[in-house]
Amino acid sequence: MKVSLSWLNEYVTVGMPVEQLAHRLTMAGLEVEGIDDRYAYLDTVVVGRISEMAPHPIADKLHLCQVHTGGGTCQVVCGAPNAAVGMLAPLALPGSALADGTQVAAGTIRGQTSQGMLCSAAELGLGPDRSGLMALAQDLTPGVALNRALGLSDAVLEISITPNRPDCLSVLGIAREVAGFQGVPLRRAGIRLPKAHGSIEAMTSVSIEAPDHCPRYSARLLDRITVAPSPFWLQDRLMSVGLRPINNIVDITNFILIETGQPLHAFDFDRLAEHRIVVRTATAGERFTTLDGKERELTEEMLMICDGRQPVAVGGVMGGLNSEIEAHTTRVLIESAYFNPLSIRKTARQLGLKTEANHRFERGVDPHGTLYALDRAAQLMAELGNGRLIDGCIDVVHDVPAPANIALSVADTNRLLGTDLAADEMARLLQSIEFKVEPRNNETLTVQAPTFRVDVSRPEDLMEEVARRAGYERIPVTFPYIAPDTRPAPKLPVQRQRIREFLAGMGFAEIITYSFVHADTCLRLRLPENDLRCRQLAILNPLTEDQAVMRTSLIPGLLETMQRNISRQSRHLKLFETGKIFISKGSDTQPEESEMLAGLWTGDRVESDWYVKPEPCDFYDLKGVVEGLLAGLHVHPVRFTRLQDDLCAYTHPGASAQILVDDRLVGILGQVHPRVAEAYDLRQKAFIFELDMQRLMDYIPDSLQSRPLPKFPATARDATLIVDKHLESGAILEQVRRMNESLVEEVRLFDVFEGRPIAEGRKSISLRIVYRSAQSTLEDAAVNQLHKTITNRLVEQFNADLPT
Amino acid sequence: MDQSIDQVRAAALMEMEAAATPDAVQVLNTMYLGRKGLVTQLLRAVAQLPAQERPAAGRHANAVKQQIETACRQALARLENAAAERVERIDVSLPGRKTAPGTLHPITQVTHRICDILSRMGFEVVEGPEVESDYYNFEALNIPKNHPARDMQDTFYVSEDVVLRTHTSPTQPRVMEQRQPPVRIVAPGKVYRCDSDLTHTPMFHQVEGLLVDEKVSFGDLKGTLTAFIHRMFDPQTRLRFRPSFFPFTEPSAEVDMLCVICRGKGCRVCSQTGWLEILGCGMVHPAVLENVAYDTGRYSGFAFGMGVERIAMLKYGIDDIRKYFENDLRFLQQF
Repeated sequence: MKVSLSWLNEYVTVGMPVEQLAHRLTMAGLEVEGIDDRYAYLDTVVVGRISEMAPHPIADKLHLCQVHTGGGTCQVVCGAPNAAVGMLAPLALPGSALADGTQVAAGTIRGQTSQGMLCSAAELGLGPDRSGLMALAQDLTPGVALNRALGLSDAVLEISITPNRPDCLSVLGIAREVAGFQGVPLRRAGIRLPKAHGSIEAMTSVSIEAPDHCPRYSARLLDRITVAPSPFWLQDRLMSVGLRPINNIVDITNFILIETGQPLHAFDFDRLAEHRIVVRTATAGERFTTLDGKERELTEEMLMICDGRQPVAVGGVMGGLNSEIEAHTTRVLIESAYFNPLSIRKTARQLGLKTEANHRFERGVDPHGTLYALDRAAQLMAELGNGRLIDGCIDVVHDVPAPANIALSVADTNRLLGTDLAADEMARLLQSIEFKVEPRNNETLTVQAPTFRVDVSRPEDLMEEVARRAGYERIPVTFPYIAPDTRPAPKLPVQRQRIREFLAGMGFAEIITYSFVHADTCLRLRLPENDLRCRQLAILNPLTEDQAVMRTSLIPGLLETMQRNISRQSRHLKLFETGKIFISKGSDTQPEESEMLAGLWTGDRVESDWYVKPEPCDFYDLKGVVEGLLAGLHVHPVRFTRLQDDLCAYTHPGASAQILVDDRLVGILGQVHPRVAEAYDLRQKAFIFELDMQRLMDYIPDSLQSRPLPKFPATARDATLIVDKHLESGAILEQVRRMNESLVEEVRLFDVFEGRPIAEGRKSISLRIVYRSAQSTLEDAAVNQLHKTITNRLVEQFNADLPT
Repeated sequence: MDQSIDQVRAAALMEMEAAATPDAVQVLNTMYLGRKGLVTQLLRAVAQLPAQERPAAGRHANAVKQQIETACRQALARLENAAAERVERIDVSLPGRKTAPGTLHPITQVTHRICDILSRMGFEVVEGPEVESDYYNFEALNIPKNHPARDMQDTFYVSEDVVLRTHTSPTQPRVMEQRQPPVRIVAPGKVYRCDSDLTHTPMFHQVEGLLVDEKVSFGDLKGTLTAFIHRMFDPQTRLRFRPSFFPFTEPSAEVDMLCVICRGKGCRVCSQTGWLEILGCGMVHPAVLENVAYDTGRYSGFAFGMGVERIAMLKYGIDDIRKYFENDLRFLQQF
């Protein structure tokens, strides 16, 4: 909402500098977002003196003027009839903008250079006269900027009005607030209707067939109107808030709209069939052309203002071409109505229209304000359009909200605000913005909100008004009583943070990517159609195709981030992300949201340095990270097994593992499938892991128990087995563990070897088994015996040979 | 004889003294005391002497042998000490073997800090779904369908009744439905709005706070948020609370803090106002409490919400919100 200081001063005497006014408005809840100097565009328009004039060599009506601008003289081509040597006139220098937005540039006009433009008052938005140059007083100094020379100054405040305050979508509404906090009276323009003729009832009628949509419709009629440009003062007001003057009738309706917040509509009465108004909803499929020239299809829910035959306006939203005021219009019917906010909002949204009118109607105008605006418009049309007022006023009223009394408890108010205000102080604050207050007793006030305050209906609304008028800064700072909490810390947020810190500690950078992805992501990840992750939840109104569906995996975000970083020359990346994925259960219901953790490693294991040669990272680097993370979280037992080839969608079938905890799948690990890498434009190998956070939570112990440290020494024995090269080494370790020998403390692999002298198709695997007893130091003989037994069983189990 | 014994002694002691390495000492040891060593030969020679000369010469030779043995030990000890004191110098300016640290995303760090401060004030961290029903995102929060307040947030729709949550506020009714007061929660998370430009990304992060109990006042809200912002930024930060509007609070307020860049003088960051909007808040609207069947005569509460990206921008001096989600490593590694 734009308001100029000079307009505001019409209704309230602003007794402070504009910066302070802006601060006070902001602190009253009317946030001032900017203050513009209304005449700043005149900074580059200077006072010029025409020192010489010569006819343009090839254009009869043009002159070449030498214009003195203080420091120098420039040549300007000018066609104004009143241009004369010695005259002072405004010169717009190149780069200036005129009132209508035209940019002034230096150039040549019919072969002669022109270094600016000598202007009329109308061209500069300073007056109505466009017949010739604006003659300036002779005592002005050439070269001085016109705004300074003429003492022109006005500030335009840009105020952000919250949706609950439609009353402040008007200059009067803002003036009322200013009057309130300044403690000065508000000056509303009085109504002085001219002498009236005839009778409106005899000439027209209004019937409301849809009272739910239109509870009130008021109208007046004028004849013998002369449609003409508005007087300058009216045009100036409209231009000050950025509206374009059209003609006196339309300008008056716009002026009243901005002044009072009540949208009006003016119909050419002679274009209304049967000279009457019918307010009804549209019939489905009906077509109507609005003022902007667009034909629109109507639905049954839309409220239409009709004449005896057809629609003439979309109620509260936009008028129709068929009843527009035209140059020859002489009879005008003024509409001033109160429409149902919900109805207007629905209609405007369906039609995709945003007008000053529907913006106010859908927020709620004063249901009792139609007549003041109507009368004020009628008076101005009679004055400025030389119209004759028809006697009488139509005011069809159905069920409009009536002012209600609200009981306000002084104690409750002070308790909620934390203040100690007396009842009469509260009353005074409310009265300063036109609330009616009567003390019921010492404890309670009876308050009636003014009807333009459509946002006030409950005691809490009044408490806000009291606080707002008192000033939030007057509310003392206190602290709530907070009883000690006994709730356990929530597991997921705590463990999530721990996991993030673990991974950061292991050199991984956390990323956060958008939760929405391109719909083709499933294809790029090579997911089979029956994969759960193909159940994407689509957004009805995405901003771009790249953000059209909710992600069902964190992998695309990692791959895109990798691609972006590599394109910016960061090739060695260790990344991770935690976040939700969304599996659709149909668009009418919320999807299944599960939180995932995913990581990626690409590039060198260790960046090359003086102590190391670069070597690319591999599967086992990332596996070590996952193992370390799970061990750090005390998650066990963990197994990695080969992921079946047909389950490898976006991972390489040769290097993909599933991660099992207690035999339950919690995630996968593997190399990015070459075809997927290609789909993401990646030219280097990358390894990824994914873990289901919720499942992981099930295995992170809530508490830990310590174990006694061993009292007796351990002793280790090694065994080397030669087995089929395709045998997974994990199976051998697992087999040792499954033997469940109480003396076996630990088994680990320390060497794997293929090639000579091992036979083709075979490999050697070396294990170290650590033996220990809790009761005694083990005898060598006993250990040797047990080790031999275990080794023999492995040989048998895995068809192994012992080295010769 | 005595003369040759003394000669050997003198030579041996002098050479031991001069030996520069433990190996040299060993060589001397062998040369004098070994099986064919000079002292050993002397002792053998003593055995050839006439009987009356033998005892004196023998004592003399044995004493010399002991002296040389001692000298040998001393020489070794001396050399060992010298070795221990000798310093092998390395180039300490060479870079260490890297254990390159990873990083937490700045949004994670700031969210964590916000929740940490509020947790210590007695608020419990809760989380809610990101794809939300229209009911929890709007209606339960006193924003009916077709209410103009819906214009305040551009919503991504999945269907008529399912939306991407536009704020973290739906956690308020979700938690209140499950518990009776006192309720003290802080709810961080991702939120979505259909908006993308220099200062908006379609996904961003918020943290919501809610406290409902008996006798909670607007003064308490001011106190809690003042303490929070002082901890989050700096205890000298000047704040102002000014009236605003949110459908789910009444009275509502916007909290501004004095611009951290220009200290109130006016600059580009604060759009010349000297103040920065930092969070929205208010007393919980009675309609919201009624929606979860709380006794509004007995309970009141306050709620507040803040944008994490904005706070991180102010804390770290980040100028472009889109940087958060580009995940350029050179950006991430700055935090």
